[in-house]
Amino acid sequence: MDATALSAWIREFADLVARNRDELTALDSAIGDGDHGVNMDRGLTAVVAALDAEPPDTPSALFKKVGMTLISKVGGASGPLYGTAFLRMSAAADSVLDGPGFAKVLRSGLDGVVARGKASPGDKTMVDALTPAVEALETAFAGGADVTAAFQAAADAADQGREATVPLVARKGRASYLGERSAGHADPGATSVTLLMRAAASTLGAAG
Amino acid sequence: MKKLINDPADVIVDALHGLAAAHPELRVDFENRVVVRSDAPVQGKVGLVSGGGSGHEPLHAGFVGPGMLDAACAGEVFTSPVPDQMVAATEAVDGGAGVLHIVKNYTGDVMNFELAAEMVAADKGTEVIAVVVDDDVAVQDSLYTAGRRGVGATVLVEKIAGAAAAEGRPLTDVAEVARKVNAYARSMGLALTSCTVPAAGHPTFDLPDDQMEVGIGIHGEPGRRRVPVAPANEIAEMLVSPILTDLDFTGGDGVIAFVNGMGATPLIELYVMFNEVTQLLSKNGITVARSLVGPYITSLDMAGCSVTLLKADDELLRLWDAPVNTPALRRGV
Repeated sequence: MDATALSAWIREFADLVARNRDELTALDSAIGDGDHGVNMDRGLTAVVAALDAEPPDTPSALFKKVGMTLISKVGGASGPLYGTAFLRMSAAADSVLDGPGFAKVLRSGLDGVVARGKASPGDKTMVDALTPAVEALETAFAGGADVTAAFQAAADAADQGREATVPLVARKGRASYLGERSAGHADPGATSVTLLMRAAASTLGAAG
Repeated sequence: MKKLINDPADVIVDALHGLAAAHPELRVDFENRVVVRSDAPVQGKVGLVSGGGSGHEPLHAGFVGPGMLDAACAGEVFTSPVPDQMVAATEAVDGGAGVLHIVKNYTGDVMNFELAAEMVAADKGTEVIAVVVDDDVAVQDSLYTAGRRGVGATVLVEKIAGAAAAEGRPLTDVAEVARKVNAYARSMGLALTSCTVPAAGHPTFDLPDDQMEVGIGIHGEPGRRRVPVAPANEIAEMLVSPILTDLDFTGGDGVIAFVNGMGATPLIELYVMFNEVTQLLSKNGITVARSLVGPYITSLDMAGCSVTLLKADDELLRLWDAPVNTPALRRGV
């Protein structure tokens, strides 16, 4: 996977967020302040424009541009969290990534999210979808799976992680202010992570 | 949705242009959406920067001026500003004595201000201290939540810390005053209607005519519980008693009592509420030393109010009474 392939992943993520913008916002209205779809769409539109203007030539440069643009454009909690994830991925990325190398990079991104947001699995946040996705990717490559199967497993694991947030009581972010009333709704951040992993399956996985 | 706007996407920048036109004593950086007092940076004075999502007007831009904030960053509606804005604001007000960030306790605001402080420290070496405001008793504070929200006390922190900075006190002192206000202030809010975010175009939550939300924040997020609409005296009880349960407000030099409108509630109703609040306080042996009534930290067009009490001592009352000259709060000048 080179910068071009990884750019295709980010563009597909931007496209999925744009198409699911209203759903993300509706989820956030139920338990937060109703801006997750709007914010992520605004940030990713700026990311795509930045990639068009000056295509990065290495994975590290690409992730850095994505991270800096998200921090500068998204605001809220999603900007620093997604932005920190991509900046950490930038620091961990080699010039070309194979499957296990990508898993290592994504693990660094997850560590960044945890460090910035201080959330643990079960807090009803994006960590609940990102953690199982990274673990599924690592497990699949360790078991000798091909890229297509590994990314599909990661996307499925993210979906399951998101579903598992439905009954949880939020303990981080704005949803935590609702206490018990936050239960019964999927977490919007975990939902946007499923789009990130679905985009990875359909672009990076398809390159298999 | 009926609103006095052009395009929902342009609401913030259009409003900033209006603010600039109405207040030549302010300087507006439209690119960074930062409002600065026009004589900033004031050499040797601690700079005060706050900011947050838009939709809470006059907070924060309406409180920029001598005696209060030096700069305010305007985020998107109900969305925290980004670090670039906070960096621009911090640099614009750095008069060599350091900068205080006044941050409401929301995950996004806290993280973006943290990133901004890291960026400024790395780049210019400016000393920044952040004080996080978390006064909302509707939220249970525990190790397992993001903590209490910052609501009405933010206005009191900005006024009182602003006065301390205007006296020329050092950054650590100004931060300590701000933390003291936060430590002795508690708030509780209630909504009669939802607000409508311009970009969404419809009310954030459904609230039947005969119901109200108790324990709301300032972002149209649902409250802790929904109850039938009640008369003002019962509503005052619902707001004041959790505050009094949380902190002992007796003793001291009395309280600063603040009844705040959420945006769509007329002053006549806020004065009805203030009357009920003062009677309840009197019954509980609490003296009102100073008062503030009006829409100062709002939630767009939400109807409802919040009550904030600050247990004051002589120092806090003196700083509260100090002159202030901003678009939304002006006295003694």
